[in-house]
Amino acid sequence: MVETGNPTEGATNSTKALIIGAGIAGMQAALDIANSGYQVIMVDKLPSVGGRMHQLSETFPTLDCAQCILTPRTVEVGHHENIKLLMYSEVESFEGDIGDFRVRVKRKPAYVDWDVCTGCGLCQEKCPKRVISEFERGMGRGKAIYTLSPQAVPNKPVIDAENCIYFVRGRCRVCEKVCPVGAIDFEQKERTVEERVGAVIVATGYDLYPTDGLSQYGYGRIPDVIDGLAFERLLSASGPTAGQVKRPSDGKVAKEVVFVQCAGSRDPALGVPYCSKVCCMYTAKHAMLYKHRVHDGQAYVFYIDIRAAGKGYEEFVQRAMEEERVLYLRGKVSKIFQDDGKVIVWGTDTLSGLPLEVAADLVVLATAMVPKAGAKELGRMLGLETDEFGFYTEADGNMHPLETVRSGIFLAGAGSGPKDIPETVAQGSGAAAKVLSLFARWNSS
Amino acid sequence: MEIPYYPGCTLNTKAKGFDNSVRASARALGLELVELEEWNCCGATFPLLVDNMLDLAGPTQVLVSARREGERLAVACSTCYNVLRRTNKVIREDEDSREKLNFFLDADYSGDLKVLDVLQIVRDDIGFDKVKEAVKKPLAGLKVAAFYGCMVLRPPDEVAYDDPENPRALDDLMIALGAEAVDYPHKGECCGAYLAVKSVEVTAEMSFAILDSAQRSGAELVVTNCPLCQFNLDRMQKAMGIRHAGFQPIPILYYTQLVGIALGLDSEDFELDRHYVDPQPLLKNKSLI
Repeated sequence: MVETGNPTEGATNSTKALIIGAGIAGMQAALDIANSGYQVIMVDKLPSVGGRMHQLSETFPTLDCAQCILTPRTVEVGHHENIKLLMYSEVESFEGDIGDFRVRVKRKPAYVDWDVCTGCGLCQEKCPKRVISEFERGMGRGKAIYTLSPQAVPNKPVIDAENCIYFVRGRCRVCEKVCPVGAIDFEQKERTVEERVGAVIVATGYDLYPTDGLSQYGYGRIPDVIDGLAFERLLSASGPTAGQVKRPSDGKVAKEVVFVQCAGSRDPALGVPYCSKVCCMYTAKHAMLYKHRVHDGQAYVFYIDIRAAGKGYEEFVQRAMEEERVLYLRGKVSKIFQDDGKVIVWGTDTLSGLPLEVAADLVVLATAMVPKAGAKELGRMLGLETDEFGFYTEADGNMHPLETVRSGIFLAGAGSGPKDIPETVAQGSGAAAKVLSLFARWNSS
Repeated sequence: MEIPYYPGCTLNTKAKGFDNSVRASARALGLELVELEEWNCCGATFPLLVDNMLDLAGPTQVLVSARREGERLAVACSTCYNVLRRTNKVIREDEDSREKLNFFLDADYSGDLKVLDVLQIVRDDIGFDKVKEAVKKPLAGLKVAAFYGCMVLRPPDEVAYDDPENPRALDDLMIALGAEAVDYPHKGECCGAYLAVKSVEVTAEMSFAILDSAQRSGAELVVTNCPLCQFNLDRMQKAMGIRHAGFQPIPILYYTQLVGIALGLDSEDFELDRHYVDPQPLLKNKSLI
């Protein structure tokens, strides 16, 4: 089935924008454009908006609660009359030129009629199937019918057909029985929506280095070796441990935590050669928040050097070192393995010249930022170039950091390279301004 | 399947048990290792000095001889494998060295021989499933620690056919034979290597760390693919016993000896009696010999 979202196809340029990716970059751009009176279509693979920032506990260097500063945005995006959300969807095909792009968006079946669903949550409560939650980085459990969080926008669930008892075994339908408005629809099929837009912002963001890399660190093998996003979930009040730093293997509060910076980054031999830019800062934040949670705990940070270039950043790292007594060790970690309930970390302190061994309870790897899975394929569809790592290539890194080689298609956020939140938000606004200048020109002519 | 085979000096002398068991086991798996008609020492260490061309002449001569007999060369000794494979890469990729070595040896070799570890051939060409089918005496209940040493892992981009940080090939082979492969963190650590010549103390400590880790993970036996690792891990146990109270000796075998036994072959010439720590009581206890 094809729905045509814009019936006024024809000669004039469309002043409707498509934003791919509903993270903080995409949301910022969407709000700027929508608040200027233009229509925005937002597409995201996930069932709700918010992206990666939704998973974070607190932000550096101010230690703002990420949820608290994000929620007003997600709510505004969700309620904005000029923003149409196509969540749980993917761009399927793309053609045309600036002012007249034709995009087909595949809407995955949620098996829930979102127009009918009131978001009461009863289906999630009663669903008998518990599944490992990707949002909680594999540490928490969700249900086979789920929203990403209680604050999800839109607050409408989807059914994970791979794990749903009914889809797997043909029996159950508990959600259908309990739904007070009859929104469950097991017969729902994939749909395609066609839209005509004048400009596009690609804000697909990042993933972390895959778990099958970094085997010297036991990443993906040792349960108490986790990545930075997983630690964010452990620190989050809404996370699987309600904000307590309990390690995944046995749920004990971690008393010795080792943070490994540049896990995969700046490592041409075993990882990627580039710096992931945000890890020095979020590791300092992690160590600091850990000390706030576990007062008698010891935090160690292995680093190559500290890159804290940003307003208030260096002071933040100094605070971690001096006030919070985080032990910074200048050197690389060579190997991590399990022994007798501990996670043994072998590293070196290049300042004293000594090899070190730390028997830790938990290890947090500041794994490299890599482009979002599928970014390269999307780029190919849109006619965008990607670099050797899969990041989108800007038209010109210096003077045109938001433009691409295709007129009318702009970039925002970590899809073009590692970025922190302020930079990502600035790029979202920047890309929106680029789109708005086109729309304003088309409107006046 | 026939494949030219380079035994190397160690397997031809001190490690006859390795040589005999690799040939017999390979044959039982349908792989005929045909010893090169002409071969010499591989040089035993890959020269790291960039201008030390003469040290590359020995291994190059081996490669030249091998190339006359086929496109692939099977090697069982991990050190020989390392040296030959790295030399081959130099010849393949460095024009200057290639020309000089060919001139010196009066040869015309391009570096196109494929140097393969026997274990790699068994894994990739025969397959561990086939090995499993061929097992006559499963190593049931035997807890084996696979020890890889560095020669088949490092430098990774030159020699590794396995994950250098978490190798699996030997473990998977042991599982195919019916044994329990114990997981332990030291399976790729250094045994002390040639430091054994200079300092027994240092080597004994490095080897002890490996065996201690293996034993604490429940291993009753260690298998390796490296004659030098075998020597250090085996020979140094006497020194370990003196330095570490309560240390219990543990047999160190070549993996092929265990393959041969599991395939039901006659282990008469496997030289099981020539190890410092005698593996025979344990193997008898498990009714394997």
